[in-house]
Amino acid sequence: MADTGFANLKFKTIVPALPVEDPTRNTSLIVTDALNLHYGEAQALKSISMSVRERMVTALIGPSGCGKSTLLRCFNRMNDLIDHVRITGSVKIGGQDIHSRDVDAIELRKRVGMVFQKSNPFPKTIHENIAYALRLHGMKEKAELDEAVEQSLRNAALWDEVKDRLYTSALGLSGGQQQRLCIARAIAIQPEIILMDEPASALDPIATGRVEDLILDLKKDFTIVIVTHNMQQAARISDYTAFFYLGELIEYDTTNKIFTNPAKKQTEDYVTGRFG
Amino acid sequence: MSVHFDQELDELKKKLLVMAGNAETAVSRAIRSFTDRDDDLARRVKQDDTILDEFEKEIDEVAINLLAKAPLASELRLITVAMKISHDLERVGDEATTISRRALELNQEPKLHTEVDLPNMATLGLAMLKEALEAFVNRNPAKARAIIPRDKQIDSLNKQLQRELASYMVERPATITRCLNLMTISKSLERIGDHATNIAEEVVYLHEGEDIRHDPKIKGSAK
Repeated sequence: MADTGFANLKFKTIVPALPVEDPTRNTSLIVTDALNLHYGEAQALKSISMSVRERMVTALIGPSGCGKSTLLRCFNRMNDLIDHVRITGSVKIGGQDIHSRDVDAIELRKRVGMVFQKSNPFPKTIHENIAYALRLHGMKEKAELDEAVEQSLRNAALWDEVKDRLYTSALGLSGGQQQRLCIARAIAIQPEIILMDEPASALDPIATGRVEDLILDLKKDFTIVIVTHNMQQAARISDYTAFFYLGELIEYDTTNKIFTNPAKKQTEDYVTGRFG
Repeated sequence: MSVHFDQELDELKKKLLVMAGNAETAVSRAIRSFTDRDDDLARRVKQDDTILDEFEKEIDEVAINLLAKAPLASELRLITVAMKISHDLERVGDEATTISRRALELNQEPKLHTEVDLPNMATLGLAMLKEALEAFVNRNPAKARAIIPRDKQIDSLNKQLQRELASYMVERPATITRCLNLMTISKSLERIGDHATNIAEEVVYLHEGEDIRHDPKIKGSAK
């Protein structure tokens, strides 16, 4: 396997930073331009043009079937795995069109990690859940792997809960712990972007709170896009919110604006529960 | 949100409207108790202040129950504005009570013949309050914005009255008690103007989502 450079990677501890004015916070990392997606004859996304800002949390909200998960899957080309999908328009990450011929989807998915609604730890030990991906990406030394595993688990706020049972099955963890393990697994290979498709919808309120706290910590180092049906969750943790309806982007603005004074009546009606 | 939520929101709006009416009546009666030297009216205002106090508590209780349901957008703004307006109206009631108390004392003594134009100031203050409440009831942020610069006029009148009364009582020590009562009434009317301004600012926030408090450009100069 080609050396991807991960073997030489030094892991850094992600520590909460003091709030500082960071000029990169306004940089657009993901940019879509007139993005259309069809599942066969059915159009799921209609001319979506939006930009996701770097190291911020962007929430995608809207009623079921509005296209938000479809859009999320466009950012790491997971839709490639679905038959009869047709895409026009562009998705650029860091200025590069991710559908261009010289972009490898597997390499893309190293940069753009994903966490799903239902946690899906591997049927392996907790340690192996994280070490497996790192080994695949070229990390070989045990000491280095152990350090990287510990760091990922610390960054996912899970280390203290599992440090004494790293070599037990991940399937023995609670639902909330499994989801945080999946997040740890996603961040272990240091992606730029983390996509989360309703990551807390299957969790109890306490576990949800922990996942949300984790997201707020992670956004200092990662760009996060989250699909959620829970508007209060979007209001709690996101910086920007995009409202979708029937495949169209209806309104996209700061979360504060969307949830206190939306510009469009449709948005107002949705967030106040008049429909959806 | 649910039908039950809508019903509770309606209840909140109704309580606020009734409270607004009561506050306006209290100020109007308090001013008349002074201009018409009507002790019964003054005592009525004092007695009815507890109604406004109870309204404030009821509105807070309903609002907090609604906030627990995590409302958003215009509903969130309405609930938070309702709490703020009810607080301003309760304070207006307190100022009306203060005016009534001073009126009861003044009515025991001969009328003071000074140039101070307290009735004019009272008219301005009451008009500001009425118009702010109309802007709220009729959902008219433009009308609310128009009220705000007038607060400077009441502030100026109060300052002028305080100076004039201070000079008057220095020259005529026998009038000190009456002058102090008039100064208190003037201060209360100035505070009513402030509360009317607050209500106007909340109406703008409610309907436009813009926070215009403490904006010197909007406060402008009085016409």
